[in-house]
Amino acid sequence: MNWLTTLMALPLVGALVISVLPKSNALAAKRAAFATTLIVAGATITMAVQFQRDNVEIQFVESRSWIPSFGIKYALGIDGIALVLILLSVLLAPIVVLAGWNESSGGRWSAKTFYILLLVLETMIVGVFSATDVFLFYVFFEAMLVPVYFLIGGFGTGERSAAAVKFLLYSLFGGLLMLASIIALYVLSGEQIGHTFDLAALSHLTMDSTTENFLFLGFFIAFAIKAPLWPLHTWLPDAAASATPGTSVLLLGVLDKVGTFGMIRYCMTLFPHATKTFTPMIIVLALISIIYGAFLAIGQKDLKRLIAFTSISHFGFITLGIFSMTSQGQSGATLYMFNHGFSTAALFLIGGWMMSRRGSSKIADFGGLQRVTPVMAWTFFIAGMSSLALPGLSSFVSEFLVLVGTYTRYPVAAVIGTFGIVLAALYILIPVQRALHGPVTPGNEGLSDLNMRERIAIAPVLAIIIALGFYPSPLLNVINPAAAHTIAQSGFTDPVSQIDAKAGK
Amino acid sequence: MSIFTAPVLNYSLLAPILIVLAGAVLGVMIEAFASKAIRPVAQLSLTLGTLILAIAQVWRIRHQSSLTAAMGSVAIDGAAILMQGAVLVIAILGVLLIADQEQFTVLAAAVPGSEEERESLESGQKLTEVYPLTLFAVAGMLVFPVSNDLISLFVALEMLSLPLYLMAGLSRRRRLLSQEAALKYFLLGAFSSAFFLFGAAYLYGYSGSVSLAGIRDSVVGGSGNDVFFLIGIAFLSIGLLFKVGAVPFHAWTPDVYQGAPTPVTAFMAAATKVAAFGAMLRIFYTAFANAYWDWRPLMTVIAIITMLFGSFVAIAQRDIKRMLAYSSIAHAGFLLAGVIALNKAGLDASIFYLFAYGIATVGAFAIVTLVRDSTGEVTDLKRWAGLGKRSPFAASLFATFLLAFAGIPLTSGFIGKFSIFSAAYESGNKAIVVVGVLSSAIAAYFYIRVIVLMFFTDPADDGTSVVIPSMLTRITVIAAFIITIFLGVFPAPLLNFITSLAYFIR
Repeated sequence: MNWLTTLMALPLVGALVISVLPKSNALAAKRAAFATTLIVAGATITMAVQFQRDNVEIQFVESRSWIPSFGIKYALGIDGIALVLILLSVLLAPIVVLAGWNESSGGRWSAKTFYILLLVLETMIVGVFSATDVFLFYVFFEAMLVPVYFLIGGFGTGERSAAAVKFLLYSLFGGLLMLASIIALYVLSGEQIGHTFDLAALSHLTMDSTTENFLFLGFFIAFAIKAPLWPLHTWLPDAAASATPGTSVLLLGVLDKVGTFGMIRYCMTLFPHATKTFTPMIIVLALISIIYGAFLAIGQKDLKRLIAFTSISHFGFITLGIFSMTSQGQSGATLYMFNHGFSTAALFLIGGWMMSRRGSSKIADFGGLQRVTPVMAWTFFIAGMSSLALPGLSSFVSEFLVLVGTYTRYPVAAVIGTFGIVLAALYILIPVQRALHGPVTPGNEGLSDLNMRERIAIAPVLAIIIALGFYPSPLLNVINPAAAHTIAQSGFTDPVSQIDAKAGK
Repeated sequence: MSIFTAPVLNYSLLAPILIVLAGAVLGVMIEAFASKAIRPVAQLSLTLGTLILAIAQVWRIRHQSSLTAAMGSVAIDGAAILMQGAVLVIAILGVLLIADQEQFTVLAAAVPGSEEERESLESGQKLTEVYPLTLFAVAGMLVFPVSNDLISLFVALEMLSLPLYLMAGLSRRRRLLSQEAALKYFLLGAFSSAFFLFGAAYLYGYSGSVSLAGIRDSVVGGSGNDVFFLIGIAFLSIGLLFKVGAVPFHAWTPDVYQGAPTPVTAFMAAATKVAAFGAMLRIFYTAFANAYWDWRPLMTVIAIITMLFGSFVAIAQRDIKRMLAYSSIAHAGFLLAGVIALNKAGLDASIFYLFAYGIATVGAFAIVTLVRDSTGEVTDLKRWAGLGKRSPFAASLFATFLLAFAGIPLTSGFIGKFSIFSAAYESGNKAIVVVGVLSSAIAAYFYIRVIVLMFFTDPADDGTSVVIPSMLTRITVIAAFIITIFLGVFPAPLLNFITSLAYFIR
């Protein structure tokens, strides 16, 4: 059975069904979208059960010729890393639909359009994580921008169209640089092994170091824009502040992971030598992102922008883990991507409910929520704790792994990164204190607590955050072999422990 | 006393050209003898019938090739067949637009604003001479890419240009602008023809032959005066670069695109590019190929300037037709990259790009004809605000064509862009790839700006609306849309077809 194609086809079928529903019946569109995303999530879990954990090879492989004159194939397949990211995406999709039940009503267009765009986006997300043909990956990578662009510009708030354009132009610019690199790979493959875009075949190309460095940069800049790394991050706060909470969840929780995923899958596999060359610089950028994002988050007065800047700090951690070039760091980074998806989702969704109830996104407008809306306040509190990586919650495990993995090779970087954790405590605890505790701010007295739909939507997110905090091995067992394999493929070995084993005796 | 020998013509291979010419002559006859009432229908069906018959003929001879179809002055080969096919497909879509007579003046000879003009408009007559003019232009476009010597190249150039000069001046509204456009186009076109002839004369002086094969032999043999050769290449290229609208010979493009009736702009923008690039590819890939050291550096510079200039200046445009004109300049730069690549991949890519771009261009201008207010077409970009709200269908199609121009994946433009840049990279021309990619990023900005305007800006209440398209315009728009998406998702059939056919015989 062609699992991956099926996963991509299901949302499209849902989108088609929605497109024939009458425009006036928004409820039918919502139900259809929710049902579709649930079916996709169910199908993905069924597929994940069949995934062989210890097999480092790409699994669920599909390959069909697409454009033979360029050697382009419709080739799909996943390893542990891709599986985890696909799981993250398809699990978040129904939650986003349910949590943002009324999000689609404030847009320029009907709810129908909102859900069609959302489902098309889901198809492309599965495609971008599972493509094993570089050209196919690029097609999804770029085509994905179109639905997101319309989701932000059509259904967001405030300066939505400017934010959408900024997002699109940044991403297109990065994408075009990557296109230049892809063209170069294509020509090189033609000279050496016959035109192909097969990822595995391309990783065996030989090229001189100058070429490799340039091609690496083409890919890396595109990914560093996507998973915003300082100084290419400026589009993210605007986009996150303008998009609806649901779109923001998909944007920060899933789409930006394409960038970090691309660094692992494409930068490291295709250009191992250049990766080695640029690693110190990238680690510096990652550290700057961690500290800079955290400082700016502390200074934010707007809740949405605050979450966006915390994400920049977190993406710094993920990048640090990836380029620590240790299997622990890689595993930690992949787990981090998953956990960050859920903790950001919790922050944005609960934050979104707070904002829509209060009619403001300023942190100062909240206050004393714990007395008025205890459930909302407590769930937000847990989400915040997850974001600052409190032990016992899922983010702690991944942040710890990243730092340990980094320390074995780059101790100084790990120490600097640890400051990020201290700052995280500040940027989470300050708004938590202001918004949840203290006296009730005038205007907040009449706020209603979470209703049943919202509780159902947020419960699984919090459950996953807590469960993975205590017992992360189901995911780590899937991630570890793939991470170790990626490290080995790029020609790295984990540093051997420096401690003399006999000294203790 | 010299004896006149009748030329040996291979009528079978020349059939597409001859059929179109015959159709054009018949059209003139109808114009002269048929009653006014039946002319519009008769002309339209004659023109469409002619073009379809010509396409059938092109399809019939697709696997044949000959250098002697017309005593050596015409080369019929796979590449020629592909160009002719592309011109004819675009011409059919273009004629369907031209059939919308709302766009054309009734009496082209009447002075703008005169009593005579008013009377002619009130009489409800239709302007039908545009059909035979179109067919004559198409015939020239069919000959231009197959010409194998400088004389027939020049004749074809004039044959395709002269009707276009006239057609540019036929607009019903803003007639002064339209006539100014026609005059500009004519004067600058005449200059460029003169340059072309001048270059041709020098090339003859260099090689002693007007045939492309003869010039090639001289280049390979290294005989002849190199100064003559360089002057010849330079001036011949100026003539060609003018036709494709490359910088610095682009000045006519925005004015003519804006002034000409939009259906004519659609036809001209798409079909002329195919024909001119077809001829250019043949000349540079056959006659000048071995002297590439002489022309490649300068052509690379021109291509780079053209891409950047077109993309940058388009940003500042406030008129949709002028914006599309500058966008076409940028695309001419991309296409030049295919000419400069000088390899098989470059030839394949250029043909694919020409076809994909031509179809999207016709589609985009077709939408422009639909956006009107009570006085006619609205081309001021400001008044396109909120189009997506009033007519989501037209706006979505227009957005698709813009995304194709920008080269977003899953549209034909992306495959075209990828193939042309990879061919350029393969030829070792990395600079052009980098600049091309960067100018694509710049170009994306102004395409997206129009999308923002249509979808994310609230409509101004000024009566701009989209008219319900006539059946013929609807066919054009939908066909262009389907082809644009299909070539983006399943380009393999056309790419394979092009790869198997695209060769120049020498």
